[in-house]
Amino acid sequence: MNAISGAWDWLTTGANWQGEKGVWHRLTEHLYFSGVCLAVACLIALPLALWLGHLGKGGALAVNISNIGRAVPTLAVLVLLTLTPLGEHGDLPTLIALVLFAVPPMLTNAYLGMREVDRSVVEAARGMGMSGGQVFRRVELPLAYGLVMTGIRSAAVQVVATATLAAMAGEGGLGRIITAGFNLQNTPQVVAGAFLVALLALLVEAALVLAGKAFDPMRGRSGTAR
Amino acid sequence: MSKQNCLVANDWICGEYLRSRSQDLTDATVQHIGITAASVAIGVLVAFPLALLARRKAFAGPVLGLTTVLYTVPSLAMFSLLLPLFGLSASLVVTGLVMYSLTILVRNILAGLQAVPEEAKEAARGLGYGPARLLWEVELPLALPALLAGVRIATVSTVALTTVGAIVDYGGLGSLILDGLDTTFKAQVLTASVLCVLLALAADLLLLGVQWLLTPWTRATRATRASSGPRIRRRPGAGGGGPLAKAEDTAAASAGGASVAKAADPV
Repeated sequence: MNAISGAWDWLTTGANWQGEKGVWHRLTEHLYFSGVCLAVACLIALPLALWLGHLGKGGALAVNISNIGRAVPTLAVLVLLTLTPLGEHGDLPTLIALVLFAVPPMLTNAYLGMREVDRSVVEAARGMGMSGGQVFRRVELPLAYGLVMTGIRSAAVQVVATATLAAMAGEGGLGRIITAGFNLQNTPQVVAGAFLVALLALLVEAALVLAGKAFDPMRGRSGTAR
Repeated sequence: MSKQNCLVANDWICGEYLRSRSQDLTDATVQHIGITAASVAIGVLVAFPLALLARRKAFAGPVLGLTTVLYTVPSLAMFSLLLPLFGLSASLVVTGLVMYSLTILVRNILAGLQAVPEEAKEAARGLGYGPARLLWEVELPLALPALLAGVRIATVSTVALTTVGAIVDYGGLGSLILDGLDTTFKAQVLTASVLCVLLALAADLLLLGVQWLLTPWTRATRATRASSGPRIRRRPGAGGGGPLAKAEDTAAASAGGASVAKAADPV
């Protein structure tokens, strides 16, 4: 219980929120890393996955890339990139690592979403005279939307977690509060930092769930099995 | 002299490192395997009753919601939140990893149990099976492929996540990676990273073999399912394609596993 009250004291001390090492600055760094990398990963993964899914090709690639992504330790990639010449370019190793780990869940889920669209529905749409592009926009994409959003959510959670680990490789972000706490053997600070990180991850997840519902193309339609 | 040079020059690939530090590497690998094996084993033991609980409608939401929340917490934060309870210890890392494995394991076990055909359960009840015997002798064997697919995914991700335990100095190969960063020792970082990936692949293949041995019926039915619907009709020679059937099984297991683990909408 000591640790919890200690963490509370740490969080309610104004000085811990201000300055270069304060919570606000670390949070800004964290959100900046995560936001930029998630956007870049979306631009890379989604068009590729949706295109492959529409053509029905590259399934082995789409599935295996997420298995590989799961087997490669985030920490190893962060440290390896930091030790390469890229490490001299400030945040670049972290940004690259974040994109690398955000792509697989998006690619796999978006691809599976496209492939799991009922073939008879696609056939019917073609039979009605829809072109490939129309089938994609008006049939496949709305039906795949759920899994595409799941992929983006998994990627966002992954990015927030990886940005935390970047602190172990000497980068900024909220994880820095935790690693600094470990170095100072200051358990209240470690717990306070961990609480902030966990809260951020849960808020990001919740925000994306709400955004997913708000933009659902099938929203308000009856008769859909969702 | 030239053998020493790669250590002095701090090369990425260094045979002399492998030779002179083999004891460090072995110790770290053994610790890594120990932490992973303990975490997945405890994870399965905890996940099974949770999956049984989640079969009841009233508990499905809370159980799946809780495991999803646990999975959302970043690994470094998870380990740090456990610090006041466990201190700097291996149990801290194992507890954190168990919590992560629960999401995948509970979902897969639940999906496996729910996919057991109602006819099979009816038939067993008709033969006088009680609930416990029904679970143990009918439902569990039929859910085994899904369960093992979950164990494979959980094991592979646990091998990778164990490295984060380096923050409390119980990260197996991760401790070597972090130590290599502090000393900018490239050979150590690369070797430990590669070993970590190889460990994940080896564990996956091992579990695939276990799955193959434990569920022989999935291999037999695949051929008949492909040729004709529900009728049982075996073509002579259909069972001959052992390796082929195995390869097919791999793809199905990983694809199915991925969609079971990721597709289910978190609450």
